[in-house]
Amino acid sequence: MTLARRSSGFLKPLSTACSSSFLHRRPYSTDDTTTITVETSVPFTGHNCEPPSRSVDTNPKELMTFFTDMALMRRMEIAADSLYKSKLIRGFCHLYDGQEAVSIGMEAAITKKDCIITAYRDHCLFLGRGGTLLESFAELMGRTAGCSNGKGGSMHFYKKEACFYGGHGIVGAQVPLGCGLAFAQKYRKEGHVTFTMYGDGAANQGQLFEALNMAALWDLPAILVCENNHYGMGTAEWRAAKSPAYYKRGDYVPGLKVDGMDAFAVKQACKFAKEHVLKNGPIILEMDTYRYHGHSMSDPGSTYRTRDEISGVRQERDPIERIRKLILAHDLATEKELKDIEKQARKEVDEAIVKAKESPMPDEPELFTNVYRKGFGVESFGADRKELRTTLP
Amino acid sequence: MWGILRQKVGGATCLSPQGVGSHMLRLRPVTSALRNYSSAAKEMTVRDALNSALDEEMAADPNVFVMGEEVGEYQGAYKITKGLLDKYGPERVVDTPITEAGFAGIGVGSAYHGLRPVIEFMTFNFSMQAIDHIINSAAKSNYMSAGQINVPIVFRGPNGPAAGVGAQHSQCYAAWYGSVPGLKVLVPYSSEDARGLLKAAIRDPDPVVFLENELLYGESFPVSAEALDSSFCLPIGKAKIEREGKDITITAFSKMVGYALKAAEILKKEGISAEVINLRSIRPLDRATINVSVRKTNRLLTVEEGFPQHGVGAEICASVVEDSFGYLDAPVERIAGADVPTPYAANLERMAFPQIEDIVRAAKRACYRSGTMVATA
Repeated sequence: MTLARRSSGFLKPLSTACSSSFLHRRPYSTDDTTTITVETSVPFTGHNCEPPSRSVDTNPKELMTFFTDMALMRRMEIAADSLYKSKLIRGFCHLYDGQEAVSIGMEAAITKKDCIITAYRDHCLFLGRGGTLLESFAELMGRTAGCSNGKGGSMHFYKKEACFYGGHGIVGAQVPLGCGLAFAQKYRKEGHVTFTMYGDGAANQGQLFEALNMAALWDLPAILVCENNHYGMGTAEWRAAKSPAYYKRGDYVPGLKVDGMDAFAVKQACKFAKEHVLKNGPIILEMDTYRYHGHSMSDPGSTYRTRDEISGVRQERDPIERIRKLILAHDLATEKELKDIEKQARKEVDEAIVKAKESPMPDEPELFTNVYRKGFGVESFGADRKELRTTLP
Repeated sequence: MWGILRQKVGGATCLSPQGVGSHMLRLRPVTSALRNYSSAAKEMTVRDALNSALDEEMAADPNVFVMGEEVGEYQGAYKITKGLLDKYGPERVVDTPITEAGFAGIGVGSAYHGLRPVIEFMTFNFSMQAIDHIINSAAKSNYMSAGQINVPIVFRGPNGPAAGVGAQHSQCYAAWYGSVPGLKVLVPYSSEDARGLLKAAIRDPDPVVFLENELLYGESFPVSAEALDSSFCLPIGKAKIEREGKDITITAFSKMVGYALKAAEILKKEGISAEVINLRSIRPLDRATINVSVRKTNRLLTVEEGFPQHGVGAEICASVVEDSFGYLDAPVERIAGADVPTPYAANLERMAFPQIEDIVRAAKRACYRSGTMVATA
């Protein structure tokens, strides 16, 4: 990985001041004027389009933000693993650790008026859209402070005001829904775009091709993002897809293959895609990424792949390590400072979990709320309708 | 095949008393059924009622748009969307490829982001291709998101059997959709129903499944001046007493309302006064109206075209047994479609769906007048 340095010439060596408090102002945390140019790990591969350049502009603030945010996401997912094992999280829990660069890179290229929709591996994307740790942990534990008041669960995180539309449990369903978001954006002439995310498993779904056909026919500003972590649950991509070149599967729709473990490659690709779709209709981005955990918490993740493969990816391609190396190479922070940031992330996560545990489970009348937006006194029933009968608001 | 219009015979579309045939009789305005209409001077077909409702709602709210197969340039497979493309343009009247899962999903997604789509299924048989979006993406979203994401979408189209269209094109979906919390399911019968309920559905902030009937599209009904007004809306979840009576309650929806009314005429000649309830809404089901009626008449007969097991009538029966058991003087009777896939041969098809004589016979049974029963001393 070659790094081109084009800094303003005098990045002062950071002071060795004692405070390890995350809130202490460091020069790096506000410096967004010094341009640093970074090369992506590998060049982009295009399908029916000219790929963008490998050189990505960034600045110290962005680099540090990438590190901090990804460290927080990583910590959140690992904490969720423990919570699940202590049975505080029930049902399904699909963890995103390893894939953080996709969320981080994407957010760096877009605004909160652009829409994102994804499947069930949604915790980090929710955080990226501005969701809080408390909302996340509380939702996972089924408490009222959760982003869906505890009624959705792991797979159903939403944040409408940040245009994050979930959180979907049915594989592939989110792709037509995402094209629908793009349809609405075009209908209203908003000038924004939708990133509709799916995995290598969902890539074979028929409804994806139905939606892609319509998106291309109607020039919808839809960016289909295939987070290819190479395994659809326990099935490797070569066992599920005749052609695992997912960025080419759009045929007449252009595509780009991106190193999904490189946050800057993701940022560049998303920026490119956003400009593209506003003029030319849909594009497919294939993010070559990897999940360290199994498909979900009930999957050890080691029956269909070797531990060597997992540790190999962690060694060679971990997204947080890549940023750490960049930061150190550009002298933006010391090793200790980065460790402190990670400690701070751990602290924030632990505090959020404590608060989330304090949040109560929803009150019993909540069973019947939000069935409709407008219930107008419609009757509803509990398991024993003679015992529990109510009218919906 | 389904694009072929029913031919009007001599200016009138006919419904033969024998049931399905190739000609349909115009419903003579029966005063007893229509005394609820005020100063009814104008008549309107159900097709025109739906078309005018769509037109008015699209004019009133720029977020309303129509999407489906052949809705635009073809003017609608059943001409329900006739003229809308010319008036509102291709951005608001969107022709789709034959990909129900895709365009239903796109419709729901657009509703997430604030539009008000009206998605047409050429028949509800094809909605099965998109049923995941109707239920998992639309019906449940407001609940799963704790109220953040409501889905103001309408899925509409013909439901149930037409005439001679075979097993894959004849199923009634009222019971399936009616069981899903988060959906509203409407079943208009007359032109007023069609206008009022479609306008209410489009304005409703929740997903509505709007089950029409192909054979009713060409039928004319009187419409009041009030119903012609562009602000006219019918309340969702309220049934209508089409005909008052005191001996037996007959519940029906869609085309079966017409059959029940005809049966009521025949029963009247035999001294049985039947109260006919036009359900108008499968979900929410107007249990109050049904129970009040049964408490008055003490007998219940449910009529539907769908499959009998787990049908709408089963739910109504259970509801009445739970809430008004002491008022029942006879077991609840159910008339439904036969428990078979729909056959093609005309005689078998006739046997596969309720006919007026079935309704009459069951009503008499409930009144202990079936004639085959031995009179007790």
